[in-house]
Amino acid sequence: MDIRTVVTAILLAVGCFLMVVACIGMVRFPDFYARCHPSGKGDTLGQMLVLVGLIIYEGFSLVSVKLLIIIAFIWIANPTATHWVMKAAYTAGLKPWQKSQSS
Amino acid sequence: MFDAAGIAIVLAAILVLYRAIVGPTIYDRILAANVIGTKTVVLLALIGFMYARPHFLDIALVYALINFIAALAFLKYVEAGRLDL
Amino acid sequence: MSFLLTAIVMFSFWILLSGHFDPLLITLGIISSLLVAHWSHDLFLNEKEIGPGFRKAVRCIKYLPWLVWQITLANLHLIYLTLHPKMPIEPRVIRFTTELKTGFGIVALANSITLTPGTVTIKGSREEFIVHAITQAAARSLLSGEMQGRVKEVEGRDV
Repeated sequence: MDIRTVVTAILLAVGCFLMVVACIGMVRFPDFYARCHPSGKGDTLGQMLVLVGLIIYEGFSLVSVKLLIIIAFIWIANPTATHWVMKAAYTAGLKPWQKSQSS
Repeated sequence: MFDAAGIAIVLAAILVLYRAIVGPTIYDRILAANVIGTKTVVLLALIGFMYARPHFLDIALVYALINFIAALAFLKYVEAGRLDL
Repeated sequence: MSFLLTAIVMFSFWILLSGHFDPLLITLGIISSLLVAHWSHDLFLNEKEIGPGFRKAVRCIKYLPWLVWQITLANLHLIYLTLHPKMPIEPRVIRFTTELKTGFGIVALANSITLTPGTVTIKGSREEFIVHAITQAAARSLLSGEMQGRVKEVEGRDV
């Protein structure tokens, strides 16, 4: 097994782990604003790691440049989409969950 | 290797699907739909590598664009109640 | 200038997406990218902003390693919060004002806040930033203003 496959496997594993953790976070966190944290951060880095793994597997070609464009777009679009949803919720008057209310 | 990664991503998407169905607010659902969409992009890229068909990457690229626009359009509809503004 | 740059960007995108190099497709690509550039170059690039924009891009590249490091920290923090059985979160909403002036600086700061540990931007404008912090420590580190200084460096003075 050559080194490239090993690096790809590690990156894919870490990326998938991050994505699964982000999804567990989206199910577990108590309110909408807290759920935005995993979706904005964990997902962005998880996707980037998986796609970087694919780039390393592929080597330098047209395909890897396409993957780079996907990464760049996701890096801009994912935090922006999260921010828009939060802004819309805040404007609509959704109240953030506070620790004191539950305990 | 790619199969395992794909299965992990599908499991993650199923977890988020729970959030999309249960809610409780409309914003949770939009966020969950957006997350599932971005997972689909990665899954499409993985499928392209799994079956050695690089054309799937074009679909992934277009899906990433559509997904972003769709989230914004949903939000606009929720905020304004119509889309033709 | 902006016409030429737009045409070059469009054509390289065409090559990238098609991947074929026979003369007919190349000619079609050149024609369509020239047409698109002719109709929309003033939307894509502003003539006056090319020089400062280029210097800004160089400063952005210097800023990126720090941002990547912060994103890694943010994800470790997020894994800790998510998998901790008791979920030690204390969400709060904080507001602060910023000294950044340009739209680019505001967008860069908002995206950086979203990607760094424990904070997500709710609303950002020249007057006020509203930020949701998931722990007290995250809120304190944001209010210390280190990130604003860095984004300000990227924004620069030539605007």
